[in-house]
Amino acid sequence: MRETLQSLQRWAERRLPALTRYRRPEKLPIELHRRRIYIVPTAFGLGFSVLLLVMLIGALNYANNAALLLTCLLGAASSASMLIAFRSLDGLRLSHIHGGHAVAGQPLELTLTFDSRRPRSAIRLDLGECRVAFAPGPATTQVKLSLPTEKRGWQPLPRMRLWSTWPLGLFRAWSWLHPDQAVLVWPRAEAAGPPPQAPGDDARHMQLHRGDELAALRDYHAGDPQRHIAWKASARHENLLVKDFEQPQSRPQWQLDWRQLGGIDSEARIARLARWLNEAQALRCNYSLWLPGNHIASGSGPLHHARCMNALACLP
Amino acid sequence: MSGLSRGRSTEPPIDSRAFDLLCLTMALVLGLHAMHLPWWLDLMLALVLGWRWWQRRRQSGHVPRWIKLPMLVLLTLAVIVNYGNIVGREPGAALVVGLLVLKLLETESIRDVRVGVSFACFALMTALLFDQGLVATAVVVLGLLPALATLRALEPAQAPGSLQRSLLPGLTLLAAALPLALLAFLLVPRLSSPLWGAPSRDQATTGLSDSMTPGNLTDLLTNDNPSMRVSFDGAPPPPDLRYFRAYVMWTYDGRGWHYTPTPPTTATTPAPIDVDRAIDYQISLQPTHQRVLPTLDVPLAAPAQARLQADREVFADKPVNDPLSYRLRSALRYRLQPTLDDRSRRLGLRLPSGFNPRTHALASQWRQQYGDDDAAIVRAALALFHDGGFSYTLAPAPLGRDAVDDFLFGTREGFCEHYSSAFTVLMRAAGIPARVVTGYQGGYWNELGGYLLVRYSDAHAWSEVWLAGRGWVRVDPTAAVRPERVSLGAAAAAGDQLAWYRNDWLQGLRNRWDIVNRWWDKGVIGFDALRQRGLLTPFGVRNTDTGMLAILLALGSLLFIAVGLAWALSKRHLRDPLRASLRELEQKLARKGVARTVGEGPRHYLQRAARALPMQRDELVALMRSYLELRYAHDEPPPESLRTFQRAVRNFRPVAVVK
Repeated sequence: MRETLQSLQRWAERRLPALTRYRRPEKLPIELHRRRIYIVPTAFGLGFSVLLLVMLIGALNYANNAALLLTCLLGAASSASMLIAFRSLDGLRLSHIHGGHAVAGQPLELTLTFDSRRPRSAIRLDLGECRVAFAPGPATTQVKLSLPTEKRGWQPLPRMRLWSTWPLGLFRAWSWLHPDQAVLVWPRAEAAGPPPQAPGDDARHMQLHRGDELAALRDYHAGDPQRHIAWKASARHENLLVKDFEQPQSRPQWQLDWRQLGGIDSEARIARLARWLNEAQALRCNYSLWLPGNHIASGSGPLHHARCMNALACLP
Repeated sequence: MSGLSRGRSTEPPIDSRAFDLLCLTMALVLGLHAMHLPWWLDLMLALVLGWRWWQRRRQSGHVPRWIKLPMLVLLTLAVIVNYGNIVGREPGAALVVGLLVLKLLETESIRDVRVGVSFACFALMTALLFDQGLVATAVVVLGLLPALATLRALEPAQAPGSLQRSLLPGLTLLAAALPLALLAFLLVPRLSSPLWGAPSRDQATTGLSDSMTPGNLTDLLTNDNPSMRVSFDGAPPPPDLRYFRAYVMWTYDGRGWHYTPTPPTTATTPAPIDVDRAIDYQISLQPTHQRVLPTLDVPLAAPAQARLQADREVFADKPVNDPLSYRLRSALRYRLQPTLDDRSRRLGLRLPSGFNPRTHALASQWRQQYGDDDAAIVRAALALFHDGGFSYTLAPAPLGRDAVDDFLFGTREGFCEHYSSAFTVLMRAAGIPARVVTGYQGGYWNELGGYLLVRYSDAHAWSEVWLAGRGWVRVDPTAAVRPERVSLGAAAAAGDQLAWYRNDWLQGLRNRWDIVNRWWDKGVIGFDALRQRGLLTPFGVRNTDTGMLAILLALGSLLFIAVGLAWALSKRHLRDPLRASLRELEQKLARKGVARTVGEGPRHYLQRAARALPMQRDELVALMRSYLELRYAHDEPPPESLRTFQRAVRNFRPVAVVK
């Protein structure tokens, strides 16, 4: 049944482009207006109108004017609810979309920001199997959705349906949202594999002095306090060195290199590099990444990790 | 009912707010129907409703089938045993309300709630089949509020609010829908004859009865509901002439008086009448389920679909099952049947033998005393009532076999039916043709509405005696005992014998409120096919047929659709004059080829414009500075500076660079 309906819908979209005019991706912001909001009665609405018809005929037959008035009132209220359904979507604006980070195969969290000039109720958003309901306030509202992903790389956003049966469930107003935007999906890391090659020998940086108080010197990072800078030692080097008091053992330094991974195909290389990146991030060590056409200098922290993963995801 | 349970697992269970509102809806429906359901059914259904509400509040869960099915069977059996069948108005209503409450037992999903609400709307409508008065209709319309609130509560993601507040939006919706509803009400073509059998009116007749036995007026005299409303062309008659005749009764069997449907006189034509003064008026009668149409005094002709009887009573061709309006012309000063034929005289003197010997004796004594002067005998009888220690009460002592003897010489208390009966028997015993007339007397004159309101409690009985040369003359013996019964009305005559709710100020309030009821009866309930056809008479269309109505309905609906769309499409722009001013500037610059790109800030844009239009560089930089200051230095831009900026933008004329 469901397949039949879907194939019917596909056929309708192919044959009747006017019905689905807003199929092509659009630039943000998308504002809903009367040309792109559709309304049909729901199944309950159809059933309710049959009931109203029965009531109308009964009232007319028994010449009961009070019942007729009640029926007319209910009918008029139902028709008015159609306008309210329309108005609950009209003027709603999708201003921007923010995609989170996700690995291929796992759902990606999308944050959609809607602007509304007035409070609205019971707006629903469908994206594939993911359905959320929200009530935009008089300002901006953020809606979180999860988008299923399959493979790494840029993934265009699918068409989303924004709909509402507010206020009585008799009419269903809907509109399509197809933002011209893509999200970047990170590659999936391989499950297991060899560790990266032994980190480079940078004994030069470590244990420069074997003094008692001072454990080590390390490269200066933005944000290090000035008084920790080892000015004398730095004078002998091309960059600043910092006295590292806290750590008994220094952070290892990994140099991850695409060229070192010979003999396996590029997707397997990407998966291995992704695993190493995750491990390095988990161990909180410094790492650099060399990729064809892109070299990312050594660094650490979540931003650095994201930068490396993005670079991996964008590989051809 | 059990067929609806398919596919339930896919739907989420409803939340408690929706369920509470649904329970409230059903409780209201039950309350509206409680009056005409048997009390034990009311009690049972209320218990089921309350239990289910409590059960689901404690833990959400289904009611097992072994409870639901027996209850369904029990309900059907109870209705059949109580009413004998399940078709008809009362058993139908009982079944509808019962099924509605039982539906609650299996209500777990959104779909169940929607089915329940639809069904409740239908049940609300059936309540109007019993009473379509203004108050009943208003209560039923208010009953829609929890139903609408239930449907709203099914929608996800709403601002939280209290239960009472959730009822308000429904009121707004109904108020907004009212104009369209009224238009549809006016223009939906009425059926001139029902499509299928009209509902059986198995309810008891109300109003006057065609016989008058001791005590049968008492129910009527304590019934405060309006019986009819009379509006006169010109001034209303004075209170002592407000006698509305219904039945003229000739037959006395020793216990009570009876109306004989076959004409007592051989002539089927109405009794002749000499008219001195007449009055035109219109009566709106409440349904009585009888054929008699009360008329002011003696009518001259019958209205349409009614016939004048021998004694000038008016009978409709069909029982009055719906409110009915009729126009009449009646005589106020007249001589009715100036010559009496033998048969009528015989009937007018007939008394059952072996009853009331003392009354006969008194009448004979009067006859001997006054000779042939019939009027003197009438005066003597009235004097007896006035001076003989008689009193007016709605709760008289019971009378024995010789009722008139007991009343005249024993209890000496009673109300109109005792007095008129005793008086008529006295007259007949004295040889004066006499008869009893029942109807209404008095009424409340509603100054504001300009009509006379006659209640059932204004029912009255009096006598007519035939006097040579004057014809049938009305004599009201009750007036001799209690003159205010005639001059002030039934309530005044009854004094403090009435229930507390009929005291003066409340009665006054009710009398004034009646104008609304009258308007409702006339304008809404009485708006039938005939009135609808005359709808366009003020615009020169005599007969508005169905096609015309349909066109009008379509046009009217289009008008309302236009109004509704205008509302739905109206966009309330945020009034931001500063932004509007900047947009004006942007448009001016765009015409010269400097368009603002997406994502470009005002500072960057105006700097770019200043570079592109070097002639006006200073001007543009000044505009940019003042815009930035107005926008970012204050929460609200100061009005004076804002005006200066607006003026500057208006006066700005970009000049294209000639290259």
